[in-house]
Amino acid sequence: MTAKTAERPAPSGTATTPHRRKAPRGEGLTTVLIHLELLVVAAVVVFPLLWVVGASLSPGDGLGEVSPFPSEATIDHYADLFTETDYGRWYLNSLYVAVFNMVGSVVLAAICGYVFSRVKFKGRKAGLLSILILQMFPAFLAAIAVYMLFLNFGLLDSLTGLALVSIAGALPYNIWLMKGYTDNLPASLDEAAAIDGAGRLTIFARIILPLMRPMLTFVAITQFTLPWMDFILPRLVLQSAEKQTVALGLFNMISSEYANSYTTFAAGAVVLALPITILYIVLQRYLVTGASAGAEKG
Amino acid sequence: MGNNAQSGKLPALVPGLASALVWGAGQLINRQAGKAAFFFAFFAGLVGWEIASGNYYAGMEFTPRSNGGFFVKGLWGLFTLGTQSRQMTLTGLTEGDNSVTLLASGLIALLVLALLAVVWIWGVRDAAAYRAALNLGGARESSAAYYRRLWDSAFAYIMLSPGLVLVVFMSVLPVLFVILVAFTNYNRDNLPPKNLVEWVGFDNFGAILSGSAWTDTFLGVLTWTFVFALLTTVASYALGFFQAVLLANKKVRFPRVWRSIFLLPWAVPAIVSALVFRSMFNGQFGPISQWLVDVGLTDERIYWFTDASNPNLARAVVLLINLWLTFPFFMALVGGVLTNIDASYYEAARMDGASAFQQLRHITLPVVHKTVAPLLILSFVSSFNNFGVVYFLTEGGPDNADYRFAGSTDLLVTWLFKLTFETQLYNIGAVMSLFIFLIVGTISVWNLNRSKAIREL
Repeated sequence: MTAKTAERPAPSGTATTPHRRKAPRGEGLTTVLIHLELLVVAAVVVFPLLWVVGASLSPGDGLGEVSPFPSEATIDHYADLFTETDYGRWYLNSLYVAVFNMVGSVVLAAICGYVFSRVKFKGRKAGLLSILILQMFPAFLAAIAVYMLFLNFGLLDSLTGLALVSIAGALPYNIWLMKGYTDNLPASLDEAAAIDGAGRLTIFARIILPLMRPMLTFVAITQFTLPWMDFILPRLVLQSAEKQTVALGLFNMISSEYANSYTTFAAGAVVLALPITILYIVLQRYLVTGASAGAEKG
Repeated sequence: MGNNAQSGKLPALVPGLASALVWGAGQLINRQAGKAAFFFAFFAGLVGWEIASGNYYAGMEFTPRSNGGFFVKGLWGLFTLGTQSRQMTLTGLTEGDNSVTLLASGLIALLVLALLAVVWIWGVRDAAAYRAALNLGGARESSAAYYRRLWDSAFAYIMLSPGLVLVVFMSVLPVLFVILVAFTNYNRDNLPPKNLVEWVGFDNFGAILSGSAWTDTFLGVLTWTFVFALLTTVASYALGFFQAVLLANKKVRFPRVWRSIFLLPWAVPAIVSALVFRSMFNGQFGPISQWLVDVGLTDERIYWFTDASNPNLARAVVLLINLWLTFPFFMALVGGVLTNIDASYYEAARMDGASAFQQLRHITLPVVHKTVAPLLILSFVSSFNNFGVVYFLTEGGPDNADYRFAGSTDLLVTWLFKLTFETQLYNIGAVMSLFIFLIVGTISVWNLNRSKAIREL
């Protein structure tokens, strides 16, 4: 009986528990079992990550020689990354696409979301429905068409082109997200401002935009991080060596010169993953709520 | 200006027709110079573009192929896909028609014309409607006043236009292009500019569905894609739910720390994790095979992803790694729902003598499920289209001799990628895109019909 009670999910369990009553005997065993399970899962979760960090610090080059806890740690591979490979350039390329993608997406999603939510106009419903259908056509499939198009027009190899395609690909989803969020903002705010004589642009910029901030943050983070991990579109669109992004560069490192530069790859992976991981962990609350809000609206 | 008030009224049709022929002419007749200039600018742009890109003063007989500008030649190319292939003559290679460029430019010309047609209709209707209002004794309106009124009445369209243009050219255009390519024979045996590409009707669809090796590959890959998406969704939801419930237990010390650790797979970019797993499961040098040998569990190294005799091993490992990648998101999600369940539910249940398991079964599970259900469909769809995990881990391998250009772990999307990018079977790839679109679209529409979002439009 007591063992079973232990499994009861506490309603607000993640909150700190100020008064911890002394557990009767038998509950202690459950506590141990629970922590044991947590420990096992944590080990499985952490090991690969620890392993790649260890690999990046291991001396030598090959995959076979690395260990998660190198006895003679070295940071040479991090230096190699910027001297021996074009990692710095890839990083700047990714940064350029990421910033462009973030700014463009936030601006367009905010404006379009506001219009679809607040303005009644002819074609609104048709517009929303066609956006929805477009959203179902996976961006990935459009990427192949974009490749064929760019190929035949000599537009391949443009970072700006890549960013524009990314913005357009995510725009339908982002519009739905912003529209759904704006729908839940009280209309009385707009009305009060309109009575005070504010124009629609003023209402948007002064009243709605600040309230949109949580969802705009979500769009900004997801659109900023996307280009760092995106592989297929850059792979199709970018060709020349100096236009590669980090994801492409890393993949090439591991798939072509497999045996002799593995540790450098590991260093590159760590440098790529660290900022994004920290960002995600710090902003987890925004990201999880944003993602579930998106699902509710389609 | 009394001429319209006293003398014979000009029928509304006249400025309308004038605007239909020369954009803005109707507005000029209506004495609205500003508006006239606005519409005429579009007209001048259209005609100027056509003439500048064409070859209208060559003095020879006019054919769209050699004289047409962007629009005329574009539409001609869209219908014919070119008429002359590259040929060897005494003076060297002649310049043949590049069918795919023609197809794409034709499509772009058509879309630009469609956008311009909106302006044209607007101009014609405006000219006629304004004159009709005047004839009924309406007041004159200056162009400036009109623009102010327009800002109010067309606010939505003006604000949406940048997004619209971007989406039309970067999303709609590619989609239409893929649809068109599915009806051509554009593939590695027919590469422009060497050869002409032709319209072939439904031949490509027939090839995939008519019981050849294509059909086997398609059905095999489709089945595995369904299994992959279904198992991923169910397993990651189950594990995520379980971990969230454990973490919500009051006995857990430092729940926040545990939670952050478990969130790591979600926070680390998937491409990095997948590539790391790829090397850990590398058959020849990877540490896991080595460790199994060292411990004595296996006699020789296991080639996880390349052993063609054991495709299910590769599939199982892919599924497990994908579970590692996806469960944290569900854990975070369920964790959020758990904190919002009213504590009084549990109080009441305990008063009634419900066991912990009964509480879990009848309170926690239904409440969580109600919130998470829409996300399950979304997760299914995104697993269905999951390119990264399979491509980075296995590149589709191990090889499968029964399949055409697909390995045993290939999902539809990775197969599609290979068809297009590696084997240049663009037409087959395009047909596959449409199939995937149909499947994903059907699931999404079905899901949407159940949700309230669509009724609230």
